[in-house]
Amino acid sequence: MTELTRLTRELRDAGETALVPFLTAGYPDLETSRRLIAETAAAGCRILEIGVPFSDPVADGPAIQLASSKALAAGMTLGKALDLAAEARREHDLRVVLMGYLNPVLAYGPEKFAKACAAAGVAGVIVPDLPLEEAAGLRAVLAAGGVSLVDLVAPTSGDDRLAAYGASATGFLYLVSTTGVTGAGLGADIQSYVERVRRHTEVPLFVGFGISSPAAAAEVGAVADGAVVGSALLRLVDEAGDPDAAVAAVGAFLRETRAALAD
Amino acid sequence: MSILKTGGPGRFGGYGGQFVPETLVPCLLELEAARLAAEADPSFATELAHLQADYAGRPTPLYRARRLEAAWGPRSRIYLKREDLNHTGSHKLNNCLGQILLARRMGKQRIVAETGAGQHGVATATVCALMGLGCTVYMGATDVVRQAPNVARMRLLGAEILTVTAGSATLKDATSEAIRDWVTNVKDTHYIIGSTVGPHPYPTLVRDFQSVIGREARAQILEKEDSLPDRIIACVGGGSNAMGIFTGFLDDPVALFGVEAAGSDQGHSEALGRGTPGVLHGSYSYLVQDGDGQVIPAHSVAAGLDYPGVGPEHSHLRDSGRAVYLGVDDGEALDSCGECSRLEGIIPALESSHALAYCKKQLAEEGPGAEPLIIVNLSGRGDKDMAGLEAAAADGGATS
Repeated sequence: MTELTRLTRELRDAGETALVPFLTAGYPDLETSRRLIAETAAAGCRILEIGVPFSDPVADGPAIQLASSKALAAGMTLGKALDLAAEARREHDLRVVLMGYLNPVLAYGPEKFAKACAAAGVAGVIVPDLPLEEAAGLRAVLAAGGVSLVDLVAPTSGDDRLAAYGASATGFLYLVSTTGVTGAGLGADIQSYVERVRRHTEVPLFVGFGISSPAAAAEVGAVADGAVVGSALLRLVDEAGDPDAAVAAVGAFLRETRAALAD
Repeated sequence: MSILKTGGPGRFGGYGGQFVPETLVPCLLELEAARLAAEADPSFATELAHLQADYAGRPTPLYRARRLEAAWGPRSRIYLKREDLNHTGSHKLNNCLGQILLARRMGKQRIVAETGAGQHGVATATVCALMGLGCTVYMGATDVVRQAPNVARMRLLGAEILTVTAGSATLKDATSEAIRDWVTNVKDTHYIIGSTVGPHPYPTLVRDFQSVIGREARAQILEKEDSLPDRIIACVGGGSNAMGIFTGFLDDPVALFGVEAAGSDQGHSEALGRGTPGVLHGSYSYLVQDGDGQVIPAHSVAAGLDYPGVGPEHSHLRDSGRAVYLGVDDGEALDSCGECSRLEGIIPALESSHALAYCKKQLAEEGPGAEPLIIVNLSGRGDKDMAGLEAAAADGGATS
């Protein structure tokens, strides 16, 4: 059992809906990125997604596209994102899931990446452009180091695909809430979607894409084991104007959302 | 050990694959099933052949360009495969006619497409008008300006044009945005990708619909010369016109040359010549990227070649040595465009002008005694490029 599997089950058994913040590494700059990470821990989050910026993020909407291009312009790389992840793991009570597109991983070298993830204490990796049919190779090299490859499933995934994903899932299964890109809004009928996926797997189910408010998180939390919030946080950072305001806005949003999930 | 699969459906050697978000995979499986069902259904081929003949005007001529021969290689024989005479002015319609019939079989109500030069956008808007389907075309802001006539044509044909300002505001970014639209509207929307790129089954699908070029050209050259050509030359952006003509000659002793855009000091689009393998827009193929795996914006005077990736089958042909890929820069392409216009009365697209420029260059290297039999794929006409050509001429007579 991987570390991520243990933690997500522990949270589920304790009746807690996990709130998973997503932050783009190096956005708006490296120092503020560190402070934002610390703030997620201070707000009580236990799992953090760190986004590795890519030049062509086809699964992402405007907020993450903007954060990615600014982070790249400021010099962020996969190697530096791994350093940031190691620091987050070391200095806070956080388990880190790295989310990044395949090409930077290929350029870094998949085996080297898997070893670096294990060394950094990265608990899981999400690759949005690596569906089931293409994932076996990376899943194997990550598993060798005790790191989960966290799969995404979508409302368009049929039962046969959900069964296959369910069979190979470790850590948690990430349910894309809607047919669409990140930040576009929550999909309809989350309850029946989550129930449909749950028939195929025992792993905890986390829902992401389009959770833009504490109320939307609560709607997800009523049926799922976790809620991932990304674009909403990055929009707060973008609107904040300065690092202090960004950290304060993100902290307030996370605390309010955790409270909504606990109700 | 690679983590990537090296075989199976949609793989060309180790290249190709389906590197897309899960949301799209069921749709790609549906498309592949529709493609195979159409292949097995004679009525599909009959309807496509009818449209190719009576609507598109196929077969396109294979024309012997004697004045180019006199100027470039007195003992050479140069034939132009006149895809510029295809309806809408380029080879792009071949693919769009096939895909719109597939979209109709799948019951899709709406079409989305990307375009660089606007040739694929116009061809897509055309088939949507023909079939009465809604059409949205994504186009980079840079290209909206430099290919203005095609923007006007698309609008007249009833398409909605959405301008993309992200990134380099060219074909790469238009493609990303078209994919995002498709992910969002996947249930009722078919994505007509314009080249032999993207996730499986697109590279195969587009190649098959473009292979009519090579089939015709092979029969035509045998009839005219009673001989196969020594070489085929085609420009390569994503690579659909090149795959279309190459496919007809893959099993023959015919040299295949793909010409990429070497651009200028502003950059290049030579994925095969100067790139390394990576994943962009759903497939593993050669790619212009930096050491961190970030895609580098491409550059070419030809908007249709201004793309940092290339179709996966070309990557395989490159590695196997079956085809050879070279670069021609902006200036050489502009020069050849001018020469072909003045000598033959044919204004070629700046994309196709890259193939012409390489034809000239190779003949110059071989010297006046060489007697090659050449087919250049003249993939499109240059009307769309008039503003850029006039600006280049004013800039220093690049077309003289």
